[in-house]
Amino acid sequence: MVAALVLMPLLGALAAGFFGRLLGDRGAQIVTSGLLVASAVLSWIVFFDVALGHQAAYKVQLATWMSSGALQVDWALRVDALTAVMLVVVNTVSALVHIYSVGYMAEDPHVPRFQAYLSLFTFAMLMLVTADNLVQTFFGWEGVGLASYLLIGFWYKKPSANAAAIKAFVVNRVGDFGFAIGIFAIFFVFGSVSYDTIFAAAPAVAGKTFNFLGYDLDIMTTICLLLFIGCCGKSAQLGLHTWLPDAMEGPTPVSALIHAATMVTAGVFLVARCSPLFELAPVALQVVTVVGASTAFFAATVGLVQTDIKRVIAYSTCSQLGYMFFAAGVGAYEASIFHLFTHAFFKALLFLGAGSVIHAMHHEQDMRHMGGLWRHIKFTYAVMWIGSLALAGIPLFAGYFSKDTILEVAYAAHSGPGTYAFWLGSAAAAMTAFYSWRLLFMTFHGKARWAGHGHDDHGHAHTPHESPLTMTVPLALLALGAALAGMIFYDNFVGNLREVFWAGSIHVAAGNHVLEEAHHVPEWAKLLPLVLSLGGILVAFWFYILRPRLPVALAETNPLLYRFLLNKWYFDELYDFIFVRPAFALGRLFWKGGDGRVIDGLGPDGVSARVLDLARRAARLQTGYVYHYAFAMLIGVAALVTWYVYRIGVTS
Amino acid sequence: MIADLALGWPILSVITFLPLVGAALVLMVRGEGPAVDRNIRAIALMTTLLTFVISLVLWAGFNPATADFQFVEKAPWIGDAITYHMGIDGISILFVILTTFLMPLCILASDVITNRLREYMVAFLVLETLMIGVFCALDLVLFYLFFEAGLIPMFLIIGVWGGKRRIYASFKFFLYTLLGSVLMLLAVIAVYLQAGTTDVPTLQQFPFTVEAQYWLWLAFFASFAVKVPMWPVHTWLPDAHVEAPTAGSVILAGVLLKMGGYGFLRYSIPMFPDASIFFAPLIFGLSVVAIIYTSVVALVQEDMKKLIAYSSVAHMGFITIGAFTLTAQGIQGSILQMISHGIVSGALFLCVGVVYDRMHTREIARYGGLVNRMPAYAFVFMVFTMATIGLPGTSGFVGEFTILIGAYQVNTVVAALATTGVILGATYSLLLYRRVVLGDLTHKDLMAIGDLNWRERLTFLPLIVAVIWIGFFPVHLTGSIDASVDHLIAQVQAKRAAPIPVPAMAEPVPAAGEGASQP
Repeated sequence: MVAALVLMPLLGALAAGFFGRLLGDRGAQIVTSGLLVASAVLSWIVFFDVALGHQAAYKVQLATWMSSGALQVDWALRVDALTAVMLVVVNTVSALVHIYSVGYMAEDPHVPRFQAYLSLFTFAMLMLVTADNLVQTFFGWEGVGLASYLLIGFWYKKPSANAAAIKAFVVNRVGDFGFAIGIFAIFFVFGSVSYDTIFAAAPAVAGKTFNFLGYDLDIMTTICLLLFIGCCGKSAQLGLHTWLPDAMEGPTPVSALIHAATMVTAGVFLVARCSPLFELAPVALQVVTVVGASTAFFAATVGLVQTDIKRVIAYSTCSQLGYMFFAAGVGAYEASIFHLFTHAFFKALLFLGAGSVIHAMHHEQDMRHMGGLWRHIKFTYAVMWIGSLALAGIPLFAGYFSKDTILEVAYAAHSGPGTYAFWLGSAAAAMTAFYSWRLLFMTFHGKARWAGHGHDDHGHAHTPHESPLTMTVPLALLALGAALAGMIFYDNFVGNLREVFWAGSIHVAAGNHVLEEAHHVPEWAKLLPLVLSLGGILVAFWFYILRPRLPVALAETNPLLYRFLLNKWYFDELYDFIFVRPAFALGRLFWKGGDGRVIDGLGPDGVSARVLDLARRAARLQTGYVYHYAFAMLIGVAALVTWYVYRIGVTS
Repeated sequence: MIADLALGWPILSVITFLPLVGAALVLMVRGEGPAVDRNIRAIALMTTLLTFVISLVLWAGFNPATADFQFVEKAPWIGDAITYHMGIDGISILFVILTTFLMPLCILASDVITNRLREYMVAFLVLETLMIGVFCALDLVLFYLFFEAGLIPMFLIIGVWGGKRRIYASFKFFLYTLLGSVLMLLAVIAVYLQAGTTDVPTLQQFPFTVEAQYWLWLAFFASFAVKVPMWPVHTWLPDAHVEAPTAGSVILAGVLLKMGGYGFLRYSIPMFPDASIFFAPLIFGLSVVAIIYTSVVALVQEDMKKLIAYSSVAHMGFITIGAFTLTAQGIQGSILQMISHGIVSGALFLCVGVVYDRMHTREIARYGGLVNRMPAYAFVFMVFTMATIGLPGTSGFVGEFTILIGAYQVNTVVAALATTGVILGATYSLLLYRRVVLGDLTHKDLMAIGDLNWRERLTFLPLIVAVIWIGFFPVHLTGSIDASVDHLIAQVQAKRAAPIPVPAMAEPVPAAGEGASQP
């Protein structure tokens, strides 16, 4: 069943990709969406069996992948509670996004290709979450990266989309660099890449050191940090986050599926999957906490001032991923997966809702050109409210349960990084509420600023229109999830039932009681996030409904801060300056100087020129030509090698 | 069964010399004109296809359980010592298959050649014989002959059917390789004088003194390093590729470069294990420089072929690292990577050839937005771009990954630095793809460009299948090489452990050193 569940999206991708012209747009949509819905149904069955029904975890062996000496890598599917949760998240959102795309992409000339990419992505993501070993995880990891690249650059005529696609791939590769070295190190230490073997052997390695890049370092800390670099890339954590906002160049369903609900959470998943390793690496966990908390805060500040509706939500995603990481960092992996779970619903909802707005506005994404839309697209307006309430953590909505748990565990950790995370996370909560309602108010309230903007070149009616059923039904289902998922699953994920629910698929060290202690944090710490969120909403109301001039005035009085935030803390400019331009300059230097002047100049060109030279003026003993030095050097090198070898002969 | 078909006849000699027979047939075709050209193409294609089929029979009959040489043929040749000795083991079999696999595709990709077609096909067929010979030869002199003779047809292919600067490129190619060859020739003679034989299996057991190993290793290294090519003797490669006709580039990147890597595995490591271990840091250093240096250079290239040529040097850097880790993963990865790179870089040169045939320019800036007119081409190019980037699920990944796993066990710094190559590799490959294929179609002369024709699709199909197949099931290949790689490692260890019989080790060292170097 699991094999079918994983392979059905691949089948859909191949069918739509290679026989798209044969199937036609509608055929491709039906095939891919149908297979995805089937796969989603199977995922829920697995979820009920394994996670809720407490069936024992199991594995499905498919084939051997690599076999080289001690390195044995299988194609195998591993199903435990953690996988089951991820299956449900991935396939549910993916199925809904497939269906949603039928409406959203209706006017696009490349529908089969789009559906094929979506299905391909889903397949890779499923391989990632069902992987039984690190290399297969890496397969899925890079596979989703490929799908992300293809989908961000889906509109290949747009230079900005192509640039964003490459940026996403390359920045992710930087993270994968760490991940890959982590895998090498794990194989070096444990002689295996299979999770079971590694996890079983890990405790014996704790506290030991090995040589890494010439330094003696703690094994578990080093390995976990290397893996975490990979997580930072995929999950857009501070430092490697720069690709995520640009990824919004892709079609909106892609942003909902890949850049909000599923792919970007792969890093969080990996930390939870490797919890038996991270639990042995307290230093690494502290780093995770600090990076996560800093990201949560940083992204929220940038989200405050963005005007592109999708970018606001993108920074919000980045910020929420930070929450998930610092939850894992203080040892509450269950809470981080819980937030991953609820976040998938409400963030996919927000993105698809934004897509519905963009659809209504005929591909206008700038909120400055919106306003007053609530009269025209009431349904979208309603679901955006639900999504925002969930995101801001208003009681009874999904985010309330998961986000408050995270802040409570951060407080309950009673550690430096934990406290840091608690305060930054609380501040981010206030900002989250502010930018969410800023988005709502700018988009749906106030004066209509869209008359005469952008949308009339398509020859459509001028009034924004509500989206078709294929888009609204997925929105409704996600809204349901965003409203209820927290309430329903709280006990299972992080409450009293958590130990039977997870059944060991997340490892919590014997001394780690942080989730238990979270119930005993002081009242004020429990209430603080809610108060801050409500405050954020009120400020947004004041800024964008009561005194719409105020934000402009504020930006004008603090131009430095405003520009700092607007330019995303100047990360892109910094990286361009440190990495991109030097790399190209170095390339030119090596090419023209290194290969051209030095190697060719001293080598073949030099030699042939030297021969001519010698012939032409054998009589004269003038020098000053580079070739003469070349010969001198060549003789020198020969002499050096001779001496080197000779000396070895003597000493041995 | 198919496996039994391989027995009972000199299958290796047949595979090796069948192309030569084809070349003779091509020469016998008389006359000029399109009909004659068609015949010549047909003969060449049939010969190479037949050779490929027989090589598959060979593979089917190959026994992966043993590390011994199989299908051995031995006949006296020159004097007592030099024999006609052919045979394959797990290290060579895949290279034979790679060569016979790529050749028919090269013939298919040579449709645009009309000038001196007969000579062109003869050059390619002779080249095939020589390449297969390199991988089958089990006599050092025989090997040397095949190895060096291969220079001549390639020199002609570049020099006669090449681009504008073909003379410069072919001479540069010749000059570099010749330099290495001369040194290797000296070493071959030295080996013969020391061991009294040029029989490879015997030589692999022969206990060379440590200092002799150093000299001989360096001499072989000179030749192999140029072939690979390793930094800093790589500058012939971009020029050769740029000027060579498409099929020439495919063979150059696909097979000829692999002779260097194969040489290290077949000769340097088993014959001179102490020297191999001693010089491993040198190899690692040069390879790491190659990976980073040439990747960065590839970033700024303006010529498609040059970019791919530089990326080849970077990829070959992984291969040399893997071979000298002397770990099972490193060596297997190195062989896998050579096979993969042979297919992928060959395919990328074919991709360039497709648009070059249409537009007669390789300048990246002259392209852009091809996907609008050539969706099938865009797909094919994407597959091979991803393979060269080393995306898991393609052949490029398994080789690179196993090499790095092996490298990490030997030296973490080397592994870490080499791994940066995967970031740079992704960058230049995706930038190339973007500049050529993506974007809007703005160049007027591209407005009417046609998508892949059936012949081109036929050429790419087997390559795509191979790339994906190896990516998902590399075990089908590693199964054949396992035993031989283990044997190679055991051989190195055994030879290292054995006391080296050096008469008067301490005293007349200079004399011993000189004796080894100057036969």
